[in-house]
Amino acid sequence: MSQNSHPTPLLYFVIVMCLFVGTVVTYKAATIDMGIWNPIVALAIACTKAVLVVLFFMHVRYSDKLTKVTVVAGFFWLMILITLSLSDYIGRGFQVAP
Amino acid sequence: MEQQKGASTFGMWVFLLTELMMFGGLFASYLIYRLKFYAAWEAGSSSIDVHWGFINTLVLIGSSFTMAMAVWAAQKGDKNKQVMFLIGTMILGAAFLGIKGIEYKAKYDECHIPGHIIGKAFNASGGCMADGKVTGDIAKEFMEHQAEIHKPVPEAFAKQTADQTQIFFSFYFAMTGLHAFHMVIGLGLLGWLTLRASRGEFSGQYFTPVELGGLYWHFVDIVWIFLFPLLYLINRTHG
Amino acid sequence: MPAKHYLNDNYGIRSWLLTKDHKRIAILYLCTITFFFFLGGMFAALIRLELLTPEGDLFHSDTYNKLFTMHGVNMIFFFLIPSVPAVLGNFILPIMLGAKDLAFPKINLLSWYIFIVGAGFGLAALIGGGVDTGWTFYTPLSTGYVRTPVIVLAVGILIAGFASIFTGLNFIVTTHRMRAPGMTWGRLPLMVWANYAASLIMILGTPVIAITLILVALERGFHIGVFDPKLGGDPVLFQHMFWFYSHPAVYIMILPGMGVISEIVTCFSRKRVFGYTFIAFSSIAIAVFGFVVWAHHMFVAGISTYSALVFSLLSFAVAIPSAVKVFNWTATMYKGSVSLETPMLYALAFIGLFTIGGLTGLFLAALGTDIHIHDTYFVVAHFHYVMVGGMVTAYLGGIHFWWPKMTGKMYPEAPAKLAALITFIGFNLTFFPQFILGYLGMPRRYHAYPPEFQVLNVLSSAGASVLAVGFIMPLVYFLWSLKFGEAAGDNPWDAKGLEWQTTSPPPTHNFHEVPIVTEDPYNYGEEANVVH
Repeated sequence: MSQNSHPTPLLYFVIVMCLFVGTVVTYKAATIDMGIWNPIVALAIACTKAVLVVLFFMHVRYSDKLTKVTVVAGFFWLMILITLSLSDYIGRGFQVAP
Repeated sequence: MEQQKGASTFGMWVFLLTELMMFGGLFASYLIYRLKFYAAWEAGSSSIDVHWGFINTLVLIGSSFTMAMAVWAAQKGDKNKQVMFLIGTMILGAAFLGIKGIEYKAKYDECHIPGHIIGKAFNASGGCMADGKVTGDIAKEFMEHQAEIHKPVPEAFAKQTADQTQIFFSFYFAMTGLHAFHMVIGLGLLGWLTLRASRGEFSGQYFTPVELGGLYWHFVDIVWIFLFPLLYLINRTHG
Repeated sequence: MPAKHYLNDNYGIRSWLLTKDHKRIAILYLCTITFFFFLGGMFAALIRLELLTPEGDLFHSDTYNKLFTMHGVNMIFFFLIPSVPAVLGNFILPIMLGAKDLAFPKINLLSWYIFIVGAGFGLAALIGGGVDTGWTFYTPLSTGYVRTPVIVLAVGILIAGFASIFTGLNFIVTTHRMRAPGMTWGRLPLMVWANYAASLIMILGTPVIAITLILVALERGFHIGVFDPKLGGDPVLFQHMFWFYSHPAVYIMILPGMGVISEIVTCFSRKRVFGYTFIAFSSIAIAVFGFVVWAHHMFVAGISTYSALVFSLLSFAVAIPSAVKVFNWTATMYKGSVSLETPMLYALAFIGLFTIGGLTGLFLAALGTDIHIHDTYFVVAHFHYVMVGGMVTAYLGGIHFWWPKMTGKMYPEAPAKLAALITFIGFNLTFFPQFILGYLGMPRRYHAYPPEFQVLNVLSSAGASVLAVGFIMPLVYFLWSLKFGEAAGDNPWDAKGLEWQTTSPPPTHNFHEVPIVTEDPYNYGEEANVVH
């Protein structure tokens, strides 16, 4: 059971509207050439949407500490996988060719 | 009972962690190839229909809303609303899969399915025949798009890029395919939950299965929230 | 022995195949993985037979490739990974926590069935001729060139992986949510800490190899390009994804073994374990650090030098928590009252052999030396020292330690001590020469070698036959003990810990009353000094 208040249908409605808006913004932003910022903006919006779903639809905002730690741990581990493998590929560019 | 609910919810979160790492492997590989074959990733992304992807994203987000409402209704013990929202989620989920089917068929027609076992052999330059017209010529589309944004490329480069899109499509099908597989399982779960809800099994005292189903469904939604920009929106700029 | 216990509570095959009792499931796993241990061992025997002579005269090279592949796959995926967690962990963890069962008993049973299905695929691949790519399945050999049942085996391994995931999930939730009243984290037996840490690895790492094997199967089946350079893919990417799991996998294998050793050392030194907090946290540290060192398997594969540097440094760091444990176990024995029953013999062997194995890992972690000894018998010796000298030794020690609890019978002590000694001698004779062979340059996975290496190879094969005897003996006397063994009491070792407060064998619900924990797990002797 939740510790504090429980989300209301109104809150859910607000969140889903935010998610819809976020989707439209992502789409529109992709049509504008912002160079290096395009993927960054797209991912930033996606992360925000994901955070909203996790906190409110999945009730993590109202959950105990263990659940919150679990969620953070999951993303942390995903980041280990992505960054360390990527570090190999990025690091290759700086080598002097034999 | 309380201990069991806490345990079940925690167990579902741990399971979702494993799912995160599973999709994570695909995301990590995708990102590495995007770095290596950026032009091919751009070209491949441009050849999938962004409108369907956009609509599908809205559909799936909508289904997350109905799912959250279903959990709320279950906690309230409102049997009719529970069933209504669960069925609503299922309809939206099925719509998502239907649209995916349309997209996959388009790829099949355009000879963009990697390998040569399913459908026609992969062919991204020169196009292939479907319904009497030549379609799916990624090399040509790539050249035209680059010209549009005033960064023209030679034909040989466009051809090579088009050939490299086979890997993009491998990931496209692997990622959306794994996602669709999880949606099918989700639909099955939802069907089972709807059946139990219609029998009045859930109330404020006990609505754990609906909550767990919700967690699973929202997770599948989150995966798509990332898949959409990563697969469909790599380069949609116009000159 | 009590009149009614978990073994005779219910009779009939259905009561076993549909059981939800974690203890029975542990026994099911025990039987299954013992079969795979001896299957894998059979392949090892054939390998060592071939390597008696420098020429490749016993088997064709392709067949030899299948031998070492099937040896590795069976030992790693169908024996080592489940060994301590699924057998000893399943049996003892809930009892150590004071719980009636694991958090999800049905999922526990499901995990065994999933394992059976996965292992079945493995056997199917064997019957289909066996796979010859090496247990590492490197692409594009595995996806584009060999004609062996790679997909069947890959699917089997990934299914068995899910069994591992469900076991880990169960352990984590149980440890967090189902401890008996008074059982705080600081009072958990170290076996629990070790299995918990291993479970973290199981759930975070296994999914990555699952998806990697799926991609391998897809690439092989449908000729799509993912890892095959001909189709534009990157073989090194496969290695990254593969080792992201397979390196932490070795910690899945060793951590529970270390947990067993902690339990045995403290009991047979009659002394509270030294540095409980350090050992507990070092288990977590190994689990975490173990995830950031995987590319040390890829130093010569073409990764960037800078990345290699980082991974090398981290690989040195991961040795530290393991060393902490070795120091703590040794300190536990110091001024303790050490008695040399069979479990303690295995524990002592573990400490020595694991230290050698761990230290030789550092040679491999160093970039410069790795260039020379990568893919040689040095690597083979290193991992057998940690896996067999470490893990299998710990597993056997644990089986001996908890056998009376699990079966209510004592195994015969004299043959057991003899078997431990034979195993120790056989093991060192088999694998120590391999360090020298590797240093001298003999490559691994070759069935023929230059004649100057023959003496060392003969020593190694001779050792293997001794080792085989050492492994077969327990099988014989454990089975003997089931019928003819002495009845063990509730606590034949006079050990601390909740599992020894209940009967041998335990009742189906583990305890007749829910235990309330008020003291530290290891308050041996008169040292009631620090009581929390």
